[in-house]
Amino acid sequence: MSSDILLFIVYGVVVVALAWPLGLCMARLFEGGRTILTPVLGPVERLVYRAGGIDPQASQHWTRYAAAALAFNAVGWLILYAVLRLQGFLPLNPEGFAGLSPDLAFNTAVSFVTNTNWQAYGGETTLSYLSQMAGLTVQNFVSAATGIAVGVAVIRGFAGSDTAGPEARGLGNFWVDLTRATLYLLLPLSVLFALFLVWQGVPQNLSSYVEATTLEGARQTIPQGPAAAQIAIKQLGTNGGGFFNANSAVPYENPTPLSNFAEMVAILLVPAAFTFMFGRLVRDMRQGVAIFAAMGILFLAALALTYGAESEGNALFANLPIDQASGNMEGKEVRFGVGESALWATATTAASNGSVNSMHDSFTPLGAFAPMLLIQTGEVVFGGVGSGFYGMLAFVVLTVFLAGLMVGRTPEYLGRKIEAKEVKLAVIAFLVMPFGVLVFGAAAATIPMALASVQDRGPHGLSEILYAYSSATGNNGSAFAGFGAATPFHDTLLGIAMLLGRYAFIVPMLAIAGSLAAKKKLAASAGTFPTDGPLFVTLLVAVVLILGGLTFFPALALGPIAEHTAMLAGETF
Amino acid sequence: MRKKPDISLFDTKVMGPALRVALVKLDPRHLMKNPVIFVTEVAAALSTFLFLRGLLTGAGEVAVMGQIAAWLWFTVYFATFAEAMAEGRGKARADTLRTTQTETPAKLLVSLDAAETRTVSSQTLKPGDLVLVEVGDIVPADGEIVEGIASVDESAITGESAPVIREAGGDRSAVTGGTRLVSDWLKVKVTSKPGETFLDRMIALVEGAERQKTPNEVALGILLAGMTIIFLIVTATLEPFLLYSGAIVPVAFLIALLVTLIPTTIGGLLSAIGIAGMDRLVKANVIAKSGRAVEAAGDVDTLLLDKTGTITFGNRMADDFLPLSGTDERHLAELVHLASVADETPEGKSIVDLARKRLGREIDHDDRIAAAIPFTAQTRISGADLKDGRELRKGASDAILAWCDRTATPELSRLIERIARSGGTPLVVAADRKPIGVVHLKDVVKPGIRERFVELRRMGVRTVMVTGDNPLTAAAIAAEAGVDDFLAEATPEKKLELIRAEQAGGKLVAMCGDGSNDAPALAQADVGVAMNSGTSAAKEAGNLIDLDSDPTKLIEIVLVGKQLLISRGSLTTFSIANDVAKYFAILPAIFVAAYPGLAVLNVMRLESPASAILSAVIFNALVIVALIPLALKGVRYAPATAASLLRRNLLVYGLGGLIVPFLGIKAIDLLITSIAIV
Repeated sequence: MSSDILLFIVYGVVVVALAWPLGLCMARLFEGGRTILTPVLGPVERLVYRAGGIDPQASQHWTRYAAAALAFNAVGWLILYAVLRLQGFLPLNPEGFAGLSPDLAFNTAVSFVTNTNWQAYGGETTLSYLSQMAGLTVQNFVSAATGIAVGVAVIRGFAGSDTAGPEARGLGNFWVDLTRATLYLLLPLSVLFALFLVWQGVPQNLSSYVEATTLEGARQTIPQGPAAAQIAIKQLGTNGGGFFNANSAVPYENPTPLSNFAEMVAILLVPAAFTFMFGRLVRDMRQGVAIFAAMGILFLAALALTYGAESEGNALFANLPIDQASGNMEGKEVRFGVGESALWATATTAASNGSVNSMHDSFTPLGAFAPMLLIQTGEVVFGGVGSGFYGMLAFVVLTVFLAGLMVGRTPEYLGRKIEAKEVKLAVIAFLVMPFGVLVFGAAAATIPMALASVQDRGPHGLSEILYAYSSATGNNGSAFAGFGAATPFHDTLLGIAMLLGRYAFIVPMLAIAGSLAAKKKLAASAGTFPTDGPLFVTLLVAVVLILGGLTFFPALALGPIAEHTAMLAGETF
Repeated sequence: MRKKPDISLFDTKVMGPALRVALVKLDPRHLMKNPVIFVTEVAAALSTFLFLRGLLTGAGEVAVMGQIAAWLWFTVYFATFAEAMAEGRGKARADTLRTTQTETPAKLLVSLDAAETRTVSSQTLKPGDLVLVEVGDIVPADGEIVEGIASVDESAITGESAPVIREAGGDRSAVTGGTRLVSDWLKVKVTSKPGETFLDRMIALVEGAERQKTPNEVALGILLAGMTIIFLIVTATLEPFLLYSGAIVPVAFLIALLVTLIPTTIGGLLSAIGIAGMDRLVKANVIAKSGRAVEAAGDVDTLLLDKTGTITFGNRMADDFLPLSGTDERHLAELVHLASVADETPEGKSIVDLARKRLGREIDHDDRIAAAIPFTAQTRISGADLKDGRELRKGASDAILAWCDRTATPELSRLIERIARSGGTPLVVAADRKPIGVVHLKDVVKPGIRERFVELRRMGVRTVMVTGDNPLTAAAIAAEAGVDDFLAEATPEKKLELIRAEQAGGKLVAMCGDGSNDAPALAQADVGVAMNSGTSAAKEAGNLIDLDSDPTKLIEIVLVGKQLLISRGSLTTFSIANDVAKYFAILPAIFVAAYPGLAVLNVMRLESPASAILSAVIFNALVIVALIPLALKGVRYAPATAASLLRRNLLVYGLGGLIVPFLGIKAIDLLITSIAIV
């Protein structure tokens, strides 16, 4: 117990200690400044621009920025879809896997392009090495880089430039941001992290699978492959798609306590660094710290709930000869225990990572409630790289709007007025989660073809549906594993949910940023509501909780909460 | 200034028609403009249909369904009633105005020199027409005086009973339709189209007919519509989820859940708040040309205030008597009193007042003064010759010294310099051609103005005093009044420059002015308050017009603007916070059919599912009625920093909004179960 608490504290300290300097480096990087890697990577960067015919100085209006991001993602999706369908005819396929079905290829391609990494397939039994490396790993990088680029562009709009004028209305250049995010940020971090993982024992090879005879004499196939590289980026880029089906619960993905800790830090690293980068880019660190604090409070609350519920164990086992002294151990690695599993589960659902080191489906009802709610807030508690931050800014817009009215001033944030246009766009973004989770979830809970995928009866079955559609719409990618998602119905609907969750957020947020960038910056006075103090943090936390809570409480009551009360009553289904 | 009497909240003359008008407003075509209430009306209609069908088919829970339907209709009705009340109060105010707005005959002049006039109806006047207005006539339309001087009774508009002087040329050349001439005659060039005079605009404004939604109101409307859509999704998808969970719940219950969740409280009161905000302005005798201007007033960062009339009374007044050696203060007071008795200027009167105060008694002067010496431009001194032969004089130091034929002693020079440096004007007093003391005349800062500035500073509004005085005097008065900054030796150009500089720094600027040369600055300012006594150019340039021509009004306007936003924000927060309790009332009632264990969510221990749902619906309807007075009067607003305002409002309306419905719903549940209607 106390060792778990110590783990949580050390975790928090390490995340902040690494994210703060990284945030400052990122600010420098995206302001176009020189970095320590510029001498090495500068020529590569310039080569990319020359090859692509890109003028790195040309700042794009938000519409052009959005169009570039969407076009880039559309092309990426098309290529990935083709590779997955055709992998049987392509090289680097020692196991001779056939191409994927259209619906599975659609789902998987969408999943990786949208940075969701929902896996309706089992990696080692479905995908060739080429599909993994040239398909998925590439998207692991560029989908993360897309999120980061959009996040940076949105921040530029909020920060604005001090000089008004037509050129100030640009949000930067998508191609430059994409290149820089990949080249200077994700690649170097991944190389370092991959080397660390190889040192810890994660395989990085292109060998055929190994046949082994176990101690009992059973024969076993041990999959191999270029795992370390993909695991590094899946954690750092909030992707979450494991190289192996069991994700980070497998020793080959996550061999040691040290690798487990490092992988958990990697989940939150870049999303947390975004808050500090924001502080630097708006020239007011307190603004960044305030948003970090709001995210941190929500994170701690979720962690407390999950850890508490998991430590408590399963009430149904109370009268059975089962030792629950170490909590609910179903679906957890003994080597991780409740503490490290709960922390991972919270981190991976707070950030839209989705990698797992334990099975969320086997959590106690309330233990799974918190991760699910974290996703349903729209993945704004740290969230995906870039996307979590711009998602949180939508809540900031709403919070500032309410607060502004309550102090009798036209609401403003960082000196720019929040008016009807911004509210309208934020409202569009807020409709995404209810639509993807509730409307699609209701369809899945009604249509008989869809219901076949549900493993358990009673409220837990509804939890499985809700979790799947929350995870897809929130671009998280983790799942209640009992839910059989690989059907044409769910592949398609979940794919649409992922697209909605990604682009119905990106476009309105870029539009808000574009609109704010064009506005005149107003001076702050005592009548301006300060957005860097504890009062604002409290209000922001309350708005996230109340909006998320009011929207999803009824559905959650019929899922995890009903399951919880039934568990306490000793009722089974 | 005589304030117009306020209209009582429960005035039957307002309430009666409002009850009827509210019924007319139930027309869905009218309600379309308000998505929240429109959805409520659709829900009411749907539940009525379900109730009627239930009656025919004999379904269960019909009694509850009927009551839910009834209360949903009440919810819609209460919302329209709130709007009708706000409009009714505006109308009541408009009716008082309209009594002066009767059609009047106008004496039309063919040309300025024409001797003949032709009598036409005021309704036919066009801009550019010339009319003659003579004593006893009602001014037929808004216009600019081209010839003549007259005193005008403007009490119909301003409530001020003393007539004011209006004359051609200068800054007091505008007349307002509906006012009455009490002396002389005027030739007036009409500036307004029929039906578009200030009075017309004001009436339209208070009646709500011309009311356009203000920018923040539009933004809030979008947010409320968005929340309505979210809750539509929530309740619509709840039925499949319930079916999945093996429960069939009456649709009427889901409709009840929908209506209690969508922000009906603020949705129902939103337009009432807007109308009432305008009404408060009209009550303060200010016409806003647009709602946007009122909201902008709440955002103002910098307030430019004219010194004269706003910060000071505008006349120099005696503040102190400073005797030279050889004279004591009482003696000086007595002599200067005698020297000033015949002086009818405000300065002279103030000297007499101060002398009386200092001496503590009346002085018998009638039989001591032989002759009063009036002020002339040549001598620049005034005073009196006494019967005992003494000659008393007062005036500017150089004039008095010239009269005395002396040079200033070092003592006198020191006194004069000290007064000048403090922003005052020295008035030297001499007896028998020998200076005996100095009267310190100063611009007296209005009492209480310093406190207003402290309030404004707390709200984050910076005050800048604008004056034609030299920088020395300006600095002294600025320090005494407690303004943040001042603009000395101000010219219209300098004023405009200052506004531009402030705006370039990202500040919103408000100012008031009356002269034609103020017009550019009024137009440049984000909030320009034109004095009604001012020129029509100034009135065109400003976006607010103060009918009382009281520059201090600017401060009230800022407060009204802020209060308008705060009322909306607070009630929105209250409305959203209410939803938590409603969830805990309705969800367990609906969900126990699926999972009996979920009864633990019934934290209020409401009697039965039916009573719980009905209580929530009744509370939701009644809270609108309960908040109508708040919407009409505006939430309490005391100037404070944004952070402390927010803390207070969050505590009252956020936390209050969480707790109140728990208590209210429980109370209603106890009541309706005790009288056994469920």
